[in-house]
Amino acid sequence: MSLPFLRPQSLGWVALGGTLGAGAREALILGMPDVGHVPWAIVLANIVGAFLLGLLYSALSTIPQARAQRTRRLRLLLGTGFCGGFTTYSTLALGVVVMAGSGGLFWATAYALGTVLFGALATWAGIAVGILAGPGAVHRPLKTDGQR
Amino acid sequence: MTPLIFLAIAVAGGVGAAARFALDGFIGHKLQASFPWATFIINVSGSLALGLLSAAAAGVFLPPEWSLILGVGFLGGYTTFSSTSYETIRLLMDRRILASLTNALGTLAASVGAAALGYGLGSLL
Repeated sequence: MSLPFLRPQSLGWVALGGTLGAGAREALILGMPDVGHVPWAIVLANIVGAFLLGLLYSALSTIPQARAQRTRRLRLLLGTGFCGGFTTYSTLALGVVVMAGSGGLFWATAYALGTVLFGALATWAGIAVGILAGPGAVHRPLKTDGQR
Repeated sequence: MTPLIFLAIAVAGGVGAAARFALDGFIGHKLQASFPWATFIINVSGSLALGLLSAAAAGVFLPPEWSLILGVGFLGGYTTFSSTSYETIRLLMDRRILASLTNALGTLAASVGAAALGYGLGSLL
């Protein structure tokens, strides 16, 4: 079968990126205590990850089609893998339930809607930065290519 | 936390991410829809599972390190906030405002509902 989502190499890039992303998220959780019932580590991971994914996808879209293979690999490793593993929806959802259950309906709503709103703004900002500063934006060759 | 448990959480996150990638591809392949249903289904199912898991961990079923590895690691890597956010903005840039809002708020409401349902069901066990 040639279904691309079952190709072992693609799964490997995603798993590697996901391992790094989940590790980075756990490190953030360990290093950043909750303040006033808000899990700031999760807030930060989700908003920063949303920014990075927007930045990555728009920066890669500025790269010429001739490098499609490498672009695809970077999408899998850094996008689907790292950003996907770094950010989390399940912890957000359960966190909202726990907050609402412990009597803080206002904070639960603020946490939920705030993450979604600021996450969307962060993605939008990432896309804008990627378009303006992406590697192909000013038509110069990629330094990683060994040409210069 | 021991370094081994930290490593296990990270690797479980990688496995979760690979599972998400495979399921996302499979659902996209079957549905061919213009709405990002795959990410929606992944986030809602992962939230349901985390609710179940944390209720089970609150009981006596699951040692705390396993609840971290499966909950923070696997389910954290399986579900994703960044993709949902990206798809929300892409729908908005395509001027599909209703679909964009539905994606953002629908995923949130359904995931929170699923986590609550999972927690409730897990508490009954």
